[in-house]
Amino acid sequence: MPRIVGIDIPNDKPTRIALRYIFGVGPTRAMEICRKADLDPEVKASELTEQQLSAIASVLESDFVVEGQLRRQVQQHIARLRDIRCYRGLRHRRGLPVRGQRTKTNARTRKGPKKTVAGKKSVKEMR
Amino acid sequence: MPRSLKKGPYVDEKLFRKIQRQKQSGSREPIKTWARACTIVPEFVGHTFNVHNGKIFHSVFVTEDMVGHKLGEFSPTRMFRGHTAAKRR
Repeated sequence: MPRIVGIDIPNDKPTRIALRYIFGVGPTRAMEICRKADLDPEVKASELTEQQLSAIASVLESDFVVEGQLRRQVQQHIARLRDIRCYRGLRHRRGLPVRGQRTKTNARTRKGPKKTVAGKKSVKEMR
Repeated sequence: MPRSLKKGPYVDEKLFRKIQRQKQSGSREPIKTWARACTIVPEFVGHTFNVHNGKIFHSVFVTEDMVGHKLGEFSPTRMFRGHTAAKRR
């Protein structure tokens, strides 16, 4: 199996799909990389030659921020928001949704598993 | 959706003039303001604002990192004191 940028080992899918296993590469970027590295997006990842792999790697290095570096970048952005005490930063600190979603119900992704409160009316009862 | 680039950032004109005046006199006195929607521009850095949140004025010292945010983002309008503790018996 081929390896691109460190430890990513995409499988036997078409290149344009396999590339998406890299953090920071989605459908659009996968196609863009194929175009820039001058290869067929439909060819299986396992059939890529060494040359093509290094072409992909160099495109990734020069044009995109991916994997660890990208993760770090995201963390830095969040840390900045926290440090300046702005509204978004406060929401991050609290572990609540940042973009104005409702929190009366739902928001479970941010808030984590339900913490049941005794005596609290359920959604069904409120109607 | 972000504001149209054509218009440029929204900066409260009165507030901006006030800053300019402070720049000339070199004073760094906190400025009381209600202009929560005003974007923080580089000229504001180093000045202190007292931003109204509907009830009180939060003191906001503007640092470089805050440029591009709005003044209101630093003056929360809601206060969550926590839920009532479960009754113990």
